Amino acid sequence: MTTRPYERPSSGWQESAFQKGILLAALAIVVLLGAVFLSLLFHSKPSIWAFGASFVFEKTWDPVSGTFGAIPFLIGTLLTSFLALAICVPFALAISIFVGEYFRTGMLSSLVKNVTELLAGIPSVIYGFWALFVLVPIIRSIQMKLGIFPYGVGILTASIILAVMIIPYAASMGGEVISLVPSDIKEAAYSLGATRQEMITKVILPYSRSGILAGILLALGRALGETMAVTMVIGNSNLLPSSLFGPGNTMASIIANEFTEATATLYLSALIEIGVVLFLVTTVINIIGAYVVKKTSLGG
Amino acid sequence: MRPYRLRLRATKDNGFKGLVFVMSFLSMAPLALILFYIAKQGLSSLSWGFFLEIPKPVGAQGGGIANALVGTFLLVVIAALPSIPLGIGAGIFLSEHREGAISYWARLAVEVLQGTPSIVLGLIAYMWVVVPMAGFSALSGGIGLGIMMLPMIIKATEETLNLVPYALKEASLALGVPYYRTILRVVLPAGMSGIMTGILISVARVAGETAPLLFTAFGNAFMNWDVAKPVNALPLLIYNYATSPYPEWHRIAWGAACVLVGFVLLLNLLVRMVIRRWKVQF
Repeated sequence: MTTRPYERPSSGWQESAFQKGILLAALAIVVLLGAVFLSLLFHSKPSIWAFGASFVFEKTWDPVSGTFGAIPFLIGTLLTSFLALAICVPFALAISIFVGEYFRTGMLSSLVKNVTELLAGIPSVIYGFWALFVLVPIIRSIQMKLGIFPYGVGILTASIILAVMIIPYAASMGGEVISLVPSDIKEAAYSLGATRQEMITKVILPYSRSGILAGILLALGRALGETMAVTMVIGNSNLLPSSLFGPGNTMASIIANEFTEATATLYLSALIEIGVVLFLVTTVINIIGAYVVKKTSLGG
Repeated sequence: MRPYRLRLRATKDNGFKGLVFVMSFLSMAPLALILFYIAKQGLSSLSWGFFLEIPKPVGAQGGGIANALVGTFLLVVIAALPSIPLGIGAGIFLSEHREGAISYWARLAVEVLQGTPSIVLGLIAYMWVVVPMAGFSALSGGIGLGIMMLPMIIKATEETLNLVPYALKEASLALGVPYYRTILRVVLPAGMSGIMTGILISVARVAGETAPLLFTAFGNAFMNWDVAKPVNALPLLIYNYATSPYPEWHRIAWGAACVLVGFVLLLNLLVRMVIRRWKVQF
C-alpha cells in the first residue's frame, strides 16, 4: 500500500467515482429487470388487445386462422412440472437425509454431493439429447407392451427427464437445512428411546419442513421454465394433452419451437404473451421460495 | 412402549436406512448413464479434424465443429465483458450497503432475474438487439447470455465479500487508505476465490445454454468471427443435429456433446482448484 502522507485519505474524484460506480451498478440491475418486464408487456400488446382474457381460456392454437389460446401449454407446463416434482421429491428427500444426517462427512457424502453438483451442471440440451436416444426407446417399448400408441415422446418422458434435472436443486437445499437441525433436539429424541428412523421422521423432517419446502419450490421454478430437454422429448403437439403418454407442449417449448416461424405481428406477440405468463408464474414461485428461505434464516 | 415391538422398530429403522441408501444411489444413476452414453457414442468421433473443420453438407462424411467452438467462444466473451464488471460492482454495493431501499430492490431484482427462464431472456435479447439490428447476431446471443450471468456473479460477489472480516477493512482504513482503495486492494483480493468461482460457474452455465440462442445467435453452418452476424454454438449445434434425421449428424452431435460435457467438467475441476488454492482462511 503506497499511501503517501500528503494524500487526503477519503476524498477526491476517485472516491466519489467509485461510490457512484457501484451505486449505478446496483441501480442498473433494478432498471434492467424493469426494462425486461416492460418490453415483454409492450411487445405482447397486440395479442393482449386482440384476445384479452380469452387468451388464457381458448383451446385452439392455430397460426393459420389467427386464433391463439394458451390453455394447452399452460396445462402442459403444469402437468410436466408437477409430475416431475412428484417423481423428484422422494429421491431428493433421500439425498437430503443421506448427506444431512446419515453421512455428514467422509467419502460417501462427498461422492453424493459432487455427483448432485455435476448433475446440476450438465447442460439441459445434453439431457434432452440423451433422453431422445435412450429414454424415448425405453418408453416406446413399454407403451407397446401396454398396447398404447407408441409415441415414445410425450408428457411422461418429459417429466422423467425434468425430474432428473431438478433433483439437485431440491436436494442441495434439503441437505443443508437437515444438517442445521440442532443436535440437542435430536439427542432428546434418542434419549426418549426413539430409533434413528423415528427421530428422522418425527424430529428432523418436521423441524426442517419449511427449508425443504423452499428447495422444492425452487426446483419447481426451475421445472416450469426449463426449455431444451422438454422441447426435445415432449412431442410438440399444440392440442390439449389427451393422456400422460401422449404428446403435448409447454409454454417454454412452444416459444422455442415456433418463435422463428412467427412472421405475423399477432403470432409473434401471442408467443411473447406466453413468455409474459411464464415469466410471471416463475417469478411468483421463486419469490415465495426466497421468502420461505429467508424465514428459515438460511440466507442465500 | 411395549418390549415386543422393539424388533419391529429396529427392522423399520434398518429398512428406512436401506431405502435412503438405495434412493440416493438410484438418483445418481442418470449421471453415470449419461456420461457413459456420451463417452461411448462421442469419443470415437473426436479427432483433430473434428475440432478444425466446419460441418459438411448432408450426405457428406466427416466434418467438424470448428465454427461452433468459435461461436461459443465469441458468445461467452460478449456475455462476460459487460456482466463481470457490472456484476462485481453491484455485488460490492450490496455487501457494503446491507440495509436500505436500493439494496432491497436490487436484491429482489437479482432474485427475480436468477429465476427467470432462459428462454424469456432470449425473447428479451430478440426484442432489444435482433429487431433493431434487423438480423440474428452473435451480439444478441451474447447479451441474452450476459443477463443470465449477472445474478450469479452478483450473488457470488456479495456472499464472498460478506465473509471477509471487518477487521481487515478497519485496519486498512486506520492506516489512512482511502475507502475505494481499501475495497479494491484489500477487500476484493481477499474475496477473489469466491468471485472467481462465481464467474467460472456462470461461464459453465451459459456455455451450455441453448434456449436463448434459438432466435438470437440462430446458428450458422459457416465459420464466422463477425459479431453482427449469426454464429453457431456447441449447444445449438447439438440441438439442431440431434433432432435431425441423419445418422451422420447424430454422430457429430454426440461428439459435440462429449466436448461440451468435457468443458463443463473441466470448469468444475478448475473451480475446485481455485477454491483450494486461493481460499483465504480467516
